[in-house]
Amino acid sequence: MARISWGLLHRLGGMLIVLALVVTVVFIIVRVTPGDPAAVMLGSDATPEDIAQLRSRMGLDAPLIVQYGQFVGGILRGDLGQSIFLNQPVTQALAARAEPTFFLTLFSILIAVAIALPVGVLSAVRRGTLFDQIVVTLTMVAASVPSFWLGLMLIQVFAVGTGWFPASGYGGPDTPFLERLHHLVLPAVALGVVNSALITRFTRAAMLDVLGEDYVRTARAKGANERRVILKHALKNALIPIITVIGLSVAMLVAGAVVTETVFGLPGVGNLVVSAVLRRDYPVIQGTLLVVAAIYVLINFIVDMLYILVDPRVRL
Amino acid sequence: MIAASTTMPVVAGLRRLFRNRAILLGAIVLALVVLAAILAPLIAPYAPNKLSIVNKLKGPSLTHLFGTDEFGRDIFSRAIYAGRISLLVSLGVVFISTVLGVIMGVAAGYFRQLDAPISRLLDAMMSFPDILLAIALVAALGPSLATVIIALGITYAPRLARIVRGSTLVLRELPYIEAAVAMGLPTWQVLMRHVLLNLASPILVQATFVFASAMLAEASLSFLGVGVSSDMPTWGTMLASGREFMNNAPWLMIFPGLAIVLSVLSLQLLGDGLRDLVDPRLAKES
Repeated sequence: MARISWGLLHRLGGMLIVLALVVTVVFIIVRVTPGDPAAVMLGSDATPEDIAQLRSRMGLDAPLIVQYGQFVGGILRGDLGQSIFLNQPVTQALAARAEPTFFLTLFSILIAVAIALPVGVLSAVRRGTLFDQIVVTLTMVAASVPSFWLGLMLIQVFAVGTGWFPASGYGGPDTPFLERLHHLVLPAVALGVVNSALITRFTRAAMLDVLGEDYVRTARAKGANERRVILKHALKNALIPIITVIGLSVAMLVAGAVVTETVFGLPGVGNLVVSAVLRRDYPVIQGTLLVVAAIYVLINFIVDMLYILVDPRVRL
Repeated sequence: MIAASTTMPVVAGLRRLFRNRAILLGAIVLALVVLAAILAPLIAPYAPNKLSIVNKLKGPSLTHLFGTDEFGRDIFSRAIYAGRISLLVSLGVVFISTVLGVIMGVAAGYFRQLDAPISRLLDAMMSFPDILLAIALVAALGPSLATVIIALGITYAPRLARIVRGSTLVLRELPYIEAAVAMGLPTWQVLMRHVLLNLASPILVQATFVFASAMLAEASLSFLGVGVSSDMPTWGTMLASGREFMNNAPWLMIFPGLAIVLSVLSLQLLGDGLRDLVDPRLAKES
């Protein structure tokens, strides 16, 4: 028990160090802007007074180390700065756009796993058959398709062609929840299908590894039925690499969501950051980067915790 | 005789390489894409920016194989020229990420005291989704062809660094490296002669995958309008400008998209095949 707590503390410490580095990297990114970020944000029509005012509002007139201190202090108080163009705190802007991104990511991962787990397991069990070869080929093709392009093709077929799903938008706050989810079907399928490729390949490889193990042979020799051998003995032991890759996929899904939200006109975090980049709204860019990276670090930590549940041999 | 003895291993090596069907197929498709890009002025029937308003939004035909866009420009010619920029960007990204990745990876893997700080930095860098980090860097550096290459190069460097670190950790413990150190060979010579040379295979495999990812990322950035200038034909900018006319002229979206899929697929095949060759344990599994 003591070993677990010590390991947990060690892992928590590691996570905090990575988070501190994430904060530092985000701080540096905005500061590498050639010239004056305030001048860049305000454009060529700005007067020197406007620029000076914005510099002071953003705290850019203080020495770098003071700026860093203020930046870290703000984060610790939950203050990610003020969006220059939206004229609202970055945390508010992010919160207002979190829902579509959250559900888009959630549905995409559910679709990806729903495709990948059964297909990957079956492909490994039927290794070398026509089914397996088709799966291997299709996953390779799916991994080569940009999700935003698949989204555009889905719009052509299922929105413009059949009219089954809306081509864009999400509906306002008064729109019923189910109707809002209806808007997410096509983008979630586009993202989910592309990301299922990687998870399918990992599931297949992990299952192939496990199916060759002695304990699987022993289970078969004992006369356990094949379904039990595959689901209980093999899949359970193949879950660690599969969980890892699902955790990693979340980061890829967020990256994909940035572009997919733009394609489908979803008012999510991806759309927010793209318009922030086009308007050089640095506080929004750094706030989004920070929140997304922190979520990723947390997911990785949770994945590590899940290892113990899945495999009692793993000690933290 | 000398010529024969030096060429034979090369021929044998190539034969072994191309016996792998994935490598063969990937190499053929990639070679066609690269050749088309290099020979663009000879292959493209029209200049990529030649306007012809009378021919605007024409569907695929014998005169315009992939159809025309809203300005009557030939999509086939533009797709071929676009390949040049997409390939150039991806090659630049591979170069920068390999240089940065090798420096960080070897430093972390070979010098114990540098391992923890570099590894934590890599963890932090890899916490950012690739497109998000790249667009933030492009926003900071200002959008241009060069900044897209630098931003994506920095974004993908940790992937290479991780692989290089892992391989260096294994190499460092091998007897011939220990012998080289014991013989008093200076560290830089150990690194250059013994470590780097043996890292070539894993670097090559990972660089192929970075090439593929860079191609997808460049297309995404250009599509979002935060990458290279929209005047420059890349597959991503072609998709971005064609989107408006997608309902009436779907060919504007189909062909540049297929060009991306085909190129990325060829690189994935190549990377997979090379990985199988480098690590035969994986080959048995596929």
